[in-house]
Amino acid sequence: MSTQLAIPARLARLPADRAFVVVSRVVGLLLIVVALSLLSPYFLTWGNFVNVLRQAALQFLLSAGLTLVILTAGIDLSVGAVLGLSACISAALISEGYLAIGVAAALVSGLACGLVNGVLVTLGRIPPFIATYGMLWIAFGLGYVFMRGEVIYGLPEGFRFIGAGFVWGIPVPVLVAAALLVVLHLMLHKTVLGRSIYAIGGNPDAARLSGMPVTRRLIMVYGLSGLLSGFAALVVIARINAADSGVGEDLLLPAIAAVCLGGTSLFGGVGGVAGTAVGALILALIVNGMNLLGVQTFWQNAVMGAIILISVLADQLGGARLVRPQ
Amino acid sequence: MSETSHPQVVAGSPVLQAFARAPGAFYLLAIMGIALTIWTPGFFTAANLTNVALQVAVLTIVALGMTLVILTEGIDLSLGPVLGLCGVSAALLVSQGHPLPLAIGAALGIGVCFGLLNGTLVAVAGMPPFIVTLGAFGIAQSVATVLTGGDSVTNLPPFFRWFNDGVFLSLPVPIWATAAVFGATWLLLYRTKFGRYVFAIGGNRRALVLSGTRVQIYHVAVYAYAGLLAGVASFIMTARMNAAHPTIGVGIEFDAIAAVILGGTSFEKGRGGIAGTVVGALAVGVLRNGLNLLGVGTEWQVAIVGIVIISAVGLDSLRRLNA
Repeated sequence: MSTQLAIPARLARLPADRAFVVVSRVVGLLLIVVALSLLSPYFLTWGNFVNVLRQAALQFLLSAGLTLVILTAGIDLSVGAVLGLSACISAALISEGYLAIGVAAALVSGLACGLVNGVLVTLGRIPPFIATYGMLWIAFGLGYVFMRGEVIYGLPEGFRFIGAGFVWGIPVPVLVAAALLVVLHLMLHKTVLGRSIYAIGGNPDAARLSGMPVTRRLIMVYGLSGLLSGFAALVVIARINAADSGVGEDLLLPAIAAVCLGGTSLFGGVGGVAGTAVGALILALIVNGMNLLGVQTFWQNAVMGAIILISVLADQLGGARLVRPQ
Repeated sequence: MSETSHPQVVAGSPVLQAFARAPGAFYLLAIMGIALTIWTPGFFTAANLTNVALQVAVLTIVALGMTLVILTEGIDLSLGPVLGLCGVSAALLVSQGHPLPLAIGAALGIGVCFGLLNGTLVAVAGMPPFIVTLGAFGIAQSVATVLTGGDSVTNLPPFFRWFNDGVFLSLPVPIWATAAVFGATWLLLYRTKFGRYVFAIGGNRRALVLSGTRVQIYHVAVYAYAGLLAGVASFIMTARMNAAHPTIGVGIEFDAIAAVILGGTSFEKGRGGIAGTVVGALAVGVLRNGLNLLGVGTEWQVAIVGIVIISAVGLDSLRRLNA
């Protein structure tokens, strides 16, 4: 049955199937909002609303690059660990007063990890989940070596603005995430790189045979994912005003969960960053609800795992139902 | 290692060909064994080698299950946390005075349940293995942490240590356990219909489906078996630490993948076998032991094993390109 995996994935581009994804997400979002409004008196307050939005924005920054990789039918399991490594390096530099160098270091270290992933996946012919899983442990190990178990805190006020500041009452990360959403959405739909991401994800052989430089584009996508992890690292450390080697530890599952919730197909070629933004919002609402209802944080990983399994399973079944008559 | 990536260079002699075909683990183990014997006086001693063997027991048992999963072109990232959850469950039951058989049943049952969950989602629902087992990773880790409240279970009865310290016919229990698991896996893989299907699922699952085989049952069973072995390994691990910690298993799945790939099992087309995995596990164990003896911190070890695993898979794919 499931050997015909490629078939549902390809047919998943049928509008009817996308309708299933969109409707299920909207219904899910509404159900969560209604349930939390009834269960918690604090949910429908301005302060909480701002909180959820900021959480969703940080989540989106983390999941945006991953979305691009998943659209090419790849995966980047190293996003959280690369974020952690970039955060440690840049926090060390920024807290010493080297603001510009620190910012550059976060972006460069993220980009470097991403490019290595891309080279391993394309030229090294290593399956993406193995190459990036290896990178996860390498980045995590390097971050630990770099920090030696210490914590850096107390970053300059000016820098903290991008994570903790407000403009007209809106948290800066929300504005940053919104800008990134627009840029990436336009990139995906209006540029050659964006279109080739969908083409490679939809059918890599066809992309290659039609003369697309698949290898180069894939390396660029993995590099972009790493770069965005480095960028997200800056916003995260600015927000929490600290960094240690464990910053990125628990970020992988939420990052993947947001992409899955956003309806991007793990088989590539279907979905986009707008979906991931919705996924990040749903995820932020769920986390917010768990906090408001006093659920132990220990459960967080289980909830993320369950969200990944349920949302992918639902899409799979939603797609499979459409395929069966064929 | 150069021969391994360029088999055509050694087309002549059959002995050289055999060397060229040997998995990377064989070379890694040989080189590290010789280098460590020469440069670190503490390596080639009975005490240290026994230590390595005991350390490798848990890894080998997990890696044997992982081999079957990888042979079906799958992956099981959840084996580490599932091992942790099994260990925590057994330790909690035993420390609260419940009989040992109940604890054994619970731990193995939990391992099998996670395997069934993973297998069903992969084989029946058609979800990608790494995503399914990553989800299970989160669930197992959370449940284990919730069960203990984040602490370790330390008040184990003295008899529990038998799983690691016990000696039977002058060999330690973990060695017997590893041998028994290897024997059972060998029989399953090379002497049963199940085993032939394991290779066939990786080789050409589509053909198997079209020929009318009920592939899904066997495919699910592969994941269940890997989960069962994680449960078995959890006893040795817990006895070794004399405590069960909810996150103790995290990372073992990574070493296990390294052992399987170094042992010559390929991510494509159901190629490989379990003998190589044992050598691979030994190589990873000796690598970690050597790094310990050389005073390299665990953080560097994590990064180094990451590099080794990526190099092993890279060499494997290069070798397949040239073959």
